[in-house]
Amino acid sequence: MSAIELATPSSGRKPAPVRMTGAQALVECLKAEGVEYIFGIPGGAVLPLYDALYNSGLKTILCRHEQGAAHMADGYARATGRPGVVLATSGPGATNLVTGIATAYMDSIPLVAITGNVSRSLIGRDAFQEADITGITLPITKHNFLVRSAKELPWVIRAAFHIATTGRPGPVLVDIPKDVGTEEFGFTYPETVDLPGYKPTYKGHIRQILEAARAIMNAKRPLLYVGGGAIASGAHQEVRALAEKCHLPVTMTLMGLGAFPGDHPQSLGMLGMHGTAYANYAVQNCDVLIAVGARFDDRVTGNLKTFAPRVEQIIHIDIDPAEIGKNVVPHVPIVGDCRAVLQVLLEKVKEKRHPEWWQQIDAWRREYPLQYRKVEGQIHPQAVCEALYEVTGGEAIVTTDVGQHQMWAAQYYKVKHPRHFISSGGLGTMGFGFPAGIGAKLARPDKEVFVVSGDGSFQMNIQELATAADHNVGVKVIIINNLYLGMVRQWQEFFYGRRYADSYLGTPDFVTIAKGYGVKGMLVTDPADVKPALEEARAHDGPVVIDVRVVPEENCFPMVPAGGSNSEMIGPKGWIE
Amino acid sequence: MQGSKEREHTLSVLVENRPGVLSRVAGLFSRRGFNIESIVVGTTEDRRYSRMTIVVVGDEGEVEQVTKQLHKLIDVIKISELSPHEMVERELALIKVAADRSTRSEILQIVDIFRASVIDVSERSLVIEVTGDTDKVKAMIDLLRPFGIKELVRTGRVAMTRGPRAVSVTESRQGGGLQAVGG
Ligand SMILES: Cc1ncc(C[n+]2csc(CCOP(=O)(O)OP(=O)(O)O)c2C)c(N)n1
Ligand SMILES: [Mg+2]
Repeated sequence: MSAIELATPSSGRKPAPVRMTGAQALVECLKAEGVEYIFGIPGGAVLPLYDALYNSGLKTILCRHEQGAAHMADGYARATGRPGVVLATSGPGATNLVTGIATAYMDSIPLVAITGNVSRSLIGRDAFQEADITGITLPITKHNFLVRSAKELPWVIRAAFHIATTGRPGPVLVDIPKDVGTEEFGFTYPETVDLPGYKPTYKGHIRQILEAARAIMNAKRPLLYVGGGAIASGAHQEVRALAEKCHLPVTMTLMGLGAFPGDHPQSLGMLGMHGTAYANYAVQNCDVLIAVGARFDDRVTGNLKTFAPRVEQIIHIDIDPAEIGKNVVPHVPIVGDCRAVLQVLLEKVKEKRHPEWWQQIDAWRREYPLQYRKVEGQIHPQAVCEALYEVTGGEAIVTTDVGQHQMWAAQYYKVKHPRHFISSGGLGTMGFGFPAGIGAKLARPDKEVFVVSGDGSFQMNIQELATAADHNVGVKVIIINNLYLGMVRQWQEFFYGRRYADSYLGTPDFVTIAKGYGVKGMLVTDPADVKPALEEARAHDGPVVIDVRVVPEENCFPMVPAGGSNSEMIGPKGWIE
Repeated sequence: MQGSKEREHTLSVLVENRPGVLSRVAGLFSRRGFNIESIVVGTTEDRRYSRMTIVVVGDEGEVEQVTKQLHKLIDVIKISELSPHEMVERELALIKVAADRSTRSEILQIVDIFRASVIDVSERSLVIEVTGDTDKVKAMIDLLRPFGIKELVRTGRVAMTRGPRAVSVTESRQGGGLQAVGG
């Protein structure tokens, strides 16, 4: 089918409707939205849709599990800022998406999930493979739609992409009954959607911004606390400019890593439960805290009652008004797009230096650096992350799974650029890293993509090795193999008297598994082989799995016990004094 | 915000008249752990929109958070908190009360005092309709309880502001409905 003429403001005329089926219309809509890849798995209810996609010019990626497909679309979105698209059949196909959608929802990632459903006449009758997926995903989507006729479809798709990508981004699900896909109608693509109930605020209130500028100018111990919202809004340059102009120390959440260069002298790295000691001390001692696109999550704040006890002014910049005052009531609330707000704020502040504050911070940095006890002849997981940073020069995109390895990657791989650290922050979804890495590599073929995974997590979407092999997607998976559900074991060690209930995994032969899928596999057991193995993986054209056998019972430090105060951290030598 | 007193808040919420909008709103309350005292939905002067009157109990901070979360629902167009002094509110109740020859006249006296009406009579019961603010309905129920209430249905509260100001689409649209550009 030839491209459909769109009504553009410049053409000034309405294109004539073209007769086609709902499924063909969907293809035209996706093309009009500039979609590049569709991740998914076919099934009965989406046969009409897949048939229309066949030879349509849109690239479909056949995954091996719908959860994998959702994470791939998510990884694609995180690496680019463009919406990811995932397609699944009704019933089990749709329910398999749930974890992927929830993961994207918690981290505010633009995703459009399209599901087939049973035909309209069968809806509500417990038909074969019927599931109420709009009901199921109500609390984990920004919005969702059940399409009731083919002629609704163009508007719904336009609205879905619009909602997913604007304001605070998030996943939107569109459920399409099978017979809507085969229904014929006169297609035109709407130029605009009018959603009277949806008007995100982009511009910050000038009076509040002036108030913020005043607070920053009067600060003695300021701290910039940057979250994923700064990356979503593309505010990294403004964050850096503000930090440098006012000489602010910068700490980032897991989601914010890359919003400010991790190798910059003003970076304190990550804060929170496994943040650096100096970042947490800076939080506990700052007088002005500037939160940019961050939401005061419990993993960041620890016990709210003892969070930032010396703070006099909290400035909170966020596009979502509901985040402001949800966990912490700020003195200066600013609703708006982080980038737009910072651009104005930058003009309102003057150069400033805080030599005493920096002396204090540097003292903390000297006294409490990130560290681990090294044992000769053993591979330390932290060292693997350091090696990855050295080998790639910090230029690679790194995706992670969830557990200790995720925290070590966040601590020791100093992310330099936005959209270069991709991790499931809010939901903490094991099994996210590898498919997200596939999506990221497809999105950014020019970039090296490494997946820092765990032996437990990798096995939660290991089947996507087939997808990577099919398309020769050059993602390099590093399995930090400690034979354990390591983070669970660590908690059991500290808080459950070393009773390791169901946290020991042992290990399969990952090299053989990789080979079975036609993927290069490598086993690393000697510290001297870590860097050469990484180099060999980089040189290989195609996916690689590196099984790195690390110290099994290594712990992740510093650690703020859950619900504790941020200034009370456990380090490798016990409580940090 | 913190430490402020818990009290009843009446929210007038204008929503798009789409399938599922009630479950979106109700689901949000349960998911975020907010308690709904009552929720009433009906169409408005314009059939494309429905209006919900929601009564919640909470302190100022909680209600502010509820309101912000409700605003995030795409189908929610406008929310106004109606202040107790500036709104008119009504609730309707149907009360089936046990009544025989010995008690009927006493019950009818109460009905009269409350300007309620009897809408069904049988040998052993009366169905009474009462309309008024929540306090009035409650008072009536309390007075009838000793006679034996067999069944009770209440509509929950509907409310609107006094005077010419309206919670309407036209008011909220000023400043421009959001326009997305295609392609
Ligand atoms: C889907 C899912 N199930 C369970 C958990 C709970 N959990 C958090 S970390 C963890 C252990 C992860 O093990 P592994 O992937 O080997 O990483 P490690 O901590 O050993 O580095 C578990 C089970 C989770 N986060 N996600
Ligand atoms: Mg492990």
